[in-house]
Amino acid sequence: MTKSSFTNIQSEYLAVIDHAKCVRCKRCIQNCGWGTYSFGGDKIIADHSKCVACGRCYTYCPEGAISILKNPTVMRENGNWQDYHIKNIWRQSETGGIAISGMGTPLKYKKYFDHILLDACQVTNPPIDPLREPMELKTFLGKKPSKLELDFNEDDQPVLKNPMPPQIELATPFIFAPMSYGSISLNAQKAMALAARALGIVMNIGEGGLHDELVPFGKNIIVQVASGRFGVNRDYLNSGVAVEIKIGQGAKPGIGGHLPGEKIGADISRTRMIPAGTDAISPAPHHDIYSIEDLRQLIYAIKEAINYEKPVSVKVAAVHNIAAIVSGIVRAGADIVYIDGFTGGTGAAPIIIRDNVGIPIEIALAQVDQRLREEGIRNEASLVAAGSIRSSADAVKAIALGADAVAIGTAALVVMGCHICGKCHTGNCSWGITTQRPELTRRLDPEEYGEKLYNLINAWSHEMKDILGAMGVNSIESLRGSKERLRGIELTDSELKVLGIKHAGM
Amino acid sequence: MLRLKNNFSIEHDIAGCGLCGIINIRKIRTNGEDIKKAIALEHDRGNGLGGGFAVYGCYPEYADLYAFHVMYDDLAAKHDTEEYFKNNFIIEKQESIPVFKTSKINDHPILHRYFLKPKSDREDRLLHDLGDDDFVVSSVMLINSEYDGAYVFSSGKNMGAFKGVGYPEDIADFYMLDNVEGYMWTAHNRFPTNTPGWWGGAHPFTLLDWSIVHNGEISSYGINKRYLEMFKYNLALKTDTEVIAYILDLLIRKHGLPVELAMNVLAAPFYQTIEKMEPKQKELYTALRQIYGSALLNGPFAIIFGYPDGMIALNDRIKLRPLVAGTKGDFTYIASEESSIREICSSPDIVWSPKAGEPIIIKTINTENISQKQRLIIS
Repeated sequence: MTKSSFTNIQSEYLAVIDHAKCVRCKRCIQNCGWGTYSFGGDKIIADHSKCVACGRCYTYCPEGAISILKNPTVMRENGNWQDYHIKNIWRQSETGGIAISGMGTPLKYKKYFDHILLDACQVTNPPIDPLREPMELKTFLGKKPSKLELDFNEDDQPVLKNPMPPQIELATPFIFAPMSYGSISLNAQKAMALAARALGIVMNIGEGGLHDELVPFGKNIIVQVASGRFGVNRDYLNSGVAVEIKIGQGAKPGIGGHLPGEKIGADISRTRMIPAGTDAISPAPHHDIYSIEDLRQLIYAIKEAINYEKPVSVKVAAVHNIAAIVSGIVRAGADIVYIDGFTGGTGAAPIIIRDNVGIPIEIALAQVDQRLREEGIRNEASLVAAGSIRSSADAVKAIALGADAVAIGTAALVVMGCHICGKCHTGNCSWGITTQRPELTRRLDPEEYGEKLYNLINAWSHEMKDILGAMGVNSIESLRGSKERLRGIELTDSELKVLGIKHAGM
Repeated sequence: MLRLKNNFSIEHDIAGCGLCGIINIRKIRTNGEDIKKAIALEHDRGNGLGGGFAVYGCYPEYADLYAFHVMYDDLAAKHDTEEYFKNNFIIEKQESIPVFKTSKINDHPILHRYFLKPKSDREDRLLHDLGDDDFVVSSVMLINSEYDGAYVFSSGKNMGAFKGVGYPEDIADFYMLDNVEGYMWTAHNRFPTNTPGWWGGAHPFTLLDWSIVHNGEISSYGINKRYLEMFKYNLALKTDTEVIAYILDLLIRKHGLPVELAMNVLAAPFYQTIEKMEPKQKELYTALRQIYGSALLNGPFAIIFGYPDGMIALNDRIKLRPLVAGTKGDFTYIASEESSIREICSSPDIVWSPKAGEPIIIKTINTENISQKQRLIIS
């Protein structure tokens, strides 16, 4: 098919320059990764069709001369045939391909976190002031025995009979969600590594292998084994505090990954251990896992390789039958299960999958936690919840619904400048995050953004302590799974039941 | 309607309270006069909606039998429950619990006690092989959750709970506790804020030989309850106190933890304290928190926990409720207020306020080992 010379699709945004203010410094031309701006001899010219509203240009315009506006040109309004559908049809009729996008779904599905309210103490029990009393957020991820086995030493003092299974110790119940080198830049990974080390938490490096420069951060790293097996060898498995088997991702359950060959430069090629210029393909399934018993074999193959010294995590997307799936994963030997909800982020996913497949993390989490308790195996594995944790309140609610810790991906990228434009898959990120173009990646200073990430998690941890104090508890484990401290608002009976919480006022 | 069960459709009961405990470490028995006097002094800590006592050593003649104290709403409930007892237990003796009707306690359930031994050929043996203790626990849970209008409020050996709706001094008169003798007494005065007139909600709460009196609100109730449900405990009463009793049952009886360690689960040391411990100890306490984090009691509490070998008093880990202790010779006294102790023991040897989260453990001395001469001196 020949490509038509014009497109039906209007520019979504207009990059409007106030030429009276503009000093023609051309910084916008330099900063825009999309090629929106050019110099027309006497003034800056904007090609609106290229603008994605990533916010880089106006952030760095010294004169405040740039405004990004939503294109006021209307499409004929139709409640059923919305812009979203019509534009995708046009786009696909031009390319003949699957429409791809970055980031989690932008569609406005019901967000259950926004319909859950927290409890606080009044009179009958006192709130606790976190500025005056210790307030504990320390969290251990890993399998716990169901009971303590004791021995008694020569002084008849109790001592542990068997050492505890390996645990990941977190100073605060946050981890940085898996984002691979390739999907994001090395500088972005470094920023998270620096923050994780300073915070006493961990980052997950995703499936793209471990870059040499991150090796020193091993105590704060979870390494991942995904279906592409990029960069996996014995040293790799032993280089972090845990190994994670990635089965699925909330933004694209059941779908593999594809990093195009043009992004596989020398450095990524070496890190992923694949030839430069070849496509890095992660198949939809692991080709050695076609059933739960195969997962068990891989879990134990990895445990053998790491000498049972580190926990093994399994990451799955939240799908309809998630409770039974996670129960199987726990019984297969996983020490940690990472559940990624429907609204979770991605570097690239088919729009049709991202916007239609999976279930919300709140519901998945509540169901999984309940199921594991009913089966008496909740202690066998820790749960990590992810899928757009937007604030400390979301994190607190997730923990009360049963999570041991939460993972934050998109929020961490927002710290680094991300405006959630959803164009990660193009590799043009003006903020230097989801790109490998050196002129863009070098603008992301790991130390500067490492500090900002530290600030964010620190701030959220303080907020979490405030919330715990208001609830009258001084340790995060007294909130974990305590659905009694949650109430639903504007939820149906079915929704309340599936979440296992009561309506406000009950 | 006596409301033996919690009919207020609330998740859990909230109450403030007063408490007292008396123990004689040589197991010398005394009657209920002192404990009544002590708890009566804490009159204002309750609101007349719940009072009760636990006494150890009160049934020496039936020391090998499970003494069930049961409340019934009506005779039909009594009939159904007794049918269950007949099928599963040998009933050595049964009688009404002696009460003295007073104008202050004029509305009460049918109160009956049974001295029971589980039958060796009982029906549940077809399904599983529960020990006698486990069978008694499951029977108590079955009756309390499934038998309408029946509630077992005491099920231990050589011990009993006496409780109801009213001020504790009136409850003591009602049960005529001056005629009852024991070597250990605990008492409770209740100030419920959301469950008026509920006999089942009065303290002590007991299970087998454990008894608990409790002042406080467990802010971690939600997760404590879900944790216990994992081990098949059925929390029929929806009270904080029930949670404490079951956690102790799980830790001490089922998991075999020494009582000292069990107390370190309820009021776990802070990580900042654990950091400073010796390596082996640090390992143990870290594991304790990792494994039993969901059993940590968070929120304000002071409890007195009775078991056949002694008495334990414990505060939450930042001491948000009062608790005072005193000793005089073989007697140890615990109370919410020092004045209660001085009311019955005007010059105690020592009086102190236990630190936050630090249990006071008073164990009885095995009197078998005391010579005849010592025995004479004591008595």
